[in-house]
Amino acid sequence: MWEYSQKLLDHFKNPRNLGKMENPDGVGREGNPTCGDVMELFIKVKDNRIVDIKFLTFGCVAAIGISSILTEVVKGKTLEEARKITASDLVKEAGDVPPVKYHCSVLGIQALNGAIEDYKKRNKQK
Amino acid sequence: MKRIYLDYAATGPTKPEVLKAMEPFFLQKFGNPSSLHSFGQETRAALDKARGQVAKFLNCKSGEILFTSGGTESDNLAILGVVFEYYHQAKNKPHIITSSVEHHAVLHTCQYLEKKSEAEVTYIKTDNRGLINPEDIKKAMKPNTLLVSIMYANNEIGTVEPIREIGKYIEKVNKDRDNKVYFHTDAVQAIEYLNCDVKYLHVDLLSLSAHKFGGPKGVGALFVKEGTAIKRLIHGGDQEYHRRAGTENVPGIVGLAKAIELVVRDKSKNEKIRKLRDKLIQGIGKKIPDVILTGDPKNRLLNNASFCFNFIEGESILINLDLQGVAVSTGSACSSGSLDPSHVLIACGFDHQTAQGSLRFTLGEQTTKEDIDYVLSILPDIVKKLRKMSPFGRKNVGV
Ligand SMILES: Cc1ncc(COP(=O)(O)O)c(C=O)c1O
Ligand code: FES
Repeated sequence: MWEYSQKLLDHFKNPRNLGKMENPDGVGREGNPTCGDVMELFIKVKDNRIVDIKFLTFGCVAAIGISSILTEVVKGKTLEEARKITASDLVKEAGDVPPVKYHCSVLGIQALNGAIEDYKKRNKQK
Repeated sequence: MKRIYLDYAATGPTKPEVLKAMEPFFLQKFGNPSSLHSFGQETRAALDKARGQVAKFLNCKSGEILFTSGGTESDNLAILGVVFEYYHQAKNKPHIITSSVEHHAVLHTCQYLEKKSEAEVTYIKTDNRGLINPEDIKKAMKPNTLLVSIMYANNEIGTVEPIREIGKYIEKVNKDRDNKVYFHTDAVQAIEYLNCDVKYLHVDLLSLSAHKFGGPKGVGALFVKEGTAIKRLIHGGDQEYHRRAGTENVPGIVGLAKAIELVVRDKSKNEKIRKLRDKLIQGIGKKIPDVILTGDPKNRLLNNASFCFNFIEGESILINLDLQGVAVSTGSACSSGSLDPSHVLIACGFDHQTAQGSLRFTLGEQTTKEDIDYVLSILPDIVKKLRKMSPFGRKNVGV
């Protein structure tokens, strides 16, 4: 089995910001072409800042743990700051993940960008 | 924390009696069986005795047993050995029939021959329980068919294949053919639980591996029926009737033979294992919704309980169980180095997402009722928790 850091396992065991959000301002849903996993991210935005974020994940330990870490990293950031976060930032934050699990953090970033895009699209229409 | 091992299909502990039988062959009886002096004669005698014990178990002659480094080598030697031996005799490229649910030791060996253009291969499809229909082997038979290789029992889902029926059919076919069709079975998972009499099964080659039935790791055997020629893969000395060079792993071979002896002696434990396995299957079915029992409900190894849990992924179930002391395995893509889902579950017709939720429990001699009760007490909450996290599982837990 893969070696996971204590921090990642902690987030896996007790995920932060887990669940579906009522009336989100943006939703990102990403499927993982590599192993078939799926992540959903919901954001609430106020004054260009992500004030609340929630996630759902169908995936492995790394995918669940990293989604949870991502929500902590992103919460309170402006949309521009959030956009700048990369998969390697998340991996670093998680205390390293096995190379074969790197794509699970890419999934998180894609879902985040998807949610931000979705928010912007909705706002244009308003 | 109590640790509960439910992954016996992967491997198990070496039995204390086996270890005890092996011990003298490290410190006192260390001679090389090829040496002519008394040290060598001592280990030669032990080797002969072990070969006799294995032969008795399989109901064959001592000279039909080759010791190897395990199940993988036995499978490789059976397939490559037969193909390389007969390659030059055949008018056409040899044809192999195998199935899509075989262990990688068989599948990848066949694919290797295909890639090297040394054989053509038909992969028989199974039904959704992983069962092979012997009629499909009949249909796949060609004039240039040289080898049929079908596993006795599946390591992931436990399905038991109709080896005897296939063996009898091939024997019949051979009466009307000039070029014989050889029949190999990978019996690595079968030794403890199924009849492995090679005459009953009508097989020409049979693979086994010691660590799957209480013996040490890194030692196995291949039954090669008299009159079946195979090309050696390992070149060097004259050991194993010139068919597998290298100084014999004497302690390992002695351990393998002792473990086989215990399989026969301790047969009665199997009913207890079956009962516990049934309790596990029934308990999971009762306590957890949206679970599929994979493999054949009846025709399966008595220690195997394998499932797909809908809406969630296997590695995350496995790690949750491991954090609470329970060791199992999964065929999920996320857990494999290649990120491919179990080829066995895909062959059974499950979609990728369902296969992701696979989990295998395999019981053994040391499994107790308390172990099963404990699993049944923690698993429902683990599944519920993961379904709450899943974008697919929401409506199932009312979130
Ligand atoms: C059906 C089957 N064949 C072959 C093998 C390989 O055996 P070994 O681990 O001894 O190489 C295994 C075990 O992993 C198996 O379950
Ligand atoms: S989600 Fe499949 S490997 Fe991480």
